[in-house]
Amino acid sequence: MTVPPRPGGPAALLRRTLGLRPDAPVLAPLCAIAGAGAVLAAGYAFAAGWLTPQRLTPARVIDGFQADFGQHPGFRRNHAKGICVVGHFDGSGLASAYSSASVFQPLRVPVIGRFAVPGGNPAAPDTGSPVRSLALEFQLPGGEQWRTGMNNTPIFVVNTPKAFYENLLASRPDPATGKPDPARLKAFFDSHPESAPFRAWTKAHPGTSSLLNTAFYSINAFRFVDAHGQTHPVRWSLAPELPAAPLEPSQKADKNALQDDLLRRLAQGPARWHLQIQLAAPGDPEDDATRAWPADRPLVDAGVLTLERAIDQGDGPCRDVNFDPTILPRGIQVSNDPLLAARSGAYSRSYNLRTHEVAALQNNARQGGAQ
Amino acid sequence: MTPTRFSLASRLLHWTMAPLLIAMLLVGTGMVATVSHWRLTLLALHKPLGLALLVLAVLRLLLRLAGRTPPLPPSLPAPLRLAAHASHWLLYACMLAMPLIGWAMLSAGGFPLPLHLPPLGAPDVAPNVARYALLRSMHTLVGELFYLTVIAHILAGLLHALLLRDGVFRAISLGRKP
Repeated sequence: MTVPPRPGGPAALLRRTLGLRPDAPVLAPLCAIAGAGAVLAAGYAFAAGWLTPQRLTPARVIDGFQADFGQHPGFRRNHAKGICVVGHFDGSGLASAYSSASVFQPLRVPVIGRFAVPGGNPAAPDTGSPVRSLALEFQLPGGEQWRTGMNNTPIFVVNTPKAFYENLLASRPDPATGKPDPARLKAFFDSHPESAPFRAWTKAHPGTSSLLNTAFYSINAFRFVDAHGQTHPVRWSLAPELPAAPLEPSQKADKNALQDDLLRRLAQGPARWHLQIQLAAPGDPEDDATRAWPADRPLVDAGVLTLERAIDQGDGPCRDVNFDPTILPRGIQVSNDPLLAARSGAYSRSYNLRTHEVAALQNNARQGGAQ
Repeated sequence: MTPTRFSLASRLLHWTMAPLLIAMLLVGTGMVATVSHWRLTLLALHKPLGLALLVLAVLRLLLRLAGRTPPLPPSLPAPLRLAAHASHWLLYACMLAMPLIGWAMLSAGGFPLPLHLPPLGAPDVAPNVARYALLRSMHTLVGELFYLTVIAHILAGLLHALLLRDGVFRAISLGRKP
């Protein structure tokens, strides 16, 4: 049976269906409801970045790493090759004039750390890149933590997330050679003069013979907050007690030269570094990781880091730690360096991907073992 | 006598939490989709606000369970009646689940917790990778379900307020006029 069309059109039909009065307003309410739905959907779309495809997101940065280095499930998307270390930190008390963080009091806190090689390849040679990293998690009283990711270079190659992403694109391996296109890289560096100090530094500082005689730097500036609420712009570094010695040519042939050296040396005894806090002078840039502060800025010896043991990252305590440099205790704050939020976002994306992969691998292993 | 409106306390809580919940869902969505300084600013807002909304949600659930609920008008068809009840309990479930999942997720990942909270379900210094991965996915999925349910709830509310004018919206509104 078909319903014959009735006079009044769709509005009248809707009134009858809903049992409304014949003169009840219909069009304006429907428009308002549709408008509210559109605003709510647009709000979500904006927040999620769907309306701004040019916005740099953590997912795009991590996709860039995967495009450059391939898929390596369960590993970090950058600094994929690494080794866990454990030890402790003894605060000297000297830095507590500048920061109220408990780590700077004269007390000992446990530390979990990780030495690593840049790039997303978990089988990369230890000495293939001039850059090495050391990430640390200081476990403070009361559940507080201080996480820091340091490099052996006092400055970084670029000073914005956008330039970092462009560097990633310029480093994409050429399908023909499997290596980055030198012309593309040169074009990137030519158009990014801020990268010149970093390139000059790595050229002038060939690698050292061991991770234990390498110095590490905070890369970015941070802010210390003292007990009176005063802020102090700072950078920090770890100065090794072992004197620096140049990398031997024989070490370059061995893919695991530095990890093996680390395991061997720590088996004989712990290694120590002094945590040095560099205090900025007014005008020193806090937001530019490509520019070092002048060498005459005062240094405060905040304490001694002692590393006692190295453990394979496959089941070591550093595997499931996200060394996000914005995880800070009371008394330390981020600066306005734009790289810090980008590092936090990209590390988090990498962490979420790899923890899912590790969980799946563990699950597969359990099921495989049960069969 | 059955009430025609929710208690004043329930209505005040509803309209206090409504903008905060919408803001919270958009903040959570936005902070993981940017590498700008907004990530850190929004993250610093997200955690304490989430805890505050958990406290308000518990209070609201207790008020709802203790108080009497105004009935839906008899004119409302049975399927819509069912949808109304189901979506309300889904909203309560999401309000409670989101902050608890977030708290347990940070605990399982070994992250430091804001406001000196104790870890929920796992120690805060030894990450439990499988539990973290599960909770991290749930935080996103439940959040998306929450936002969709909020949209449906708002549109249904406007339908009652503007088109049906059947007293359902008045039961939760703060307006004085009958």
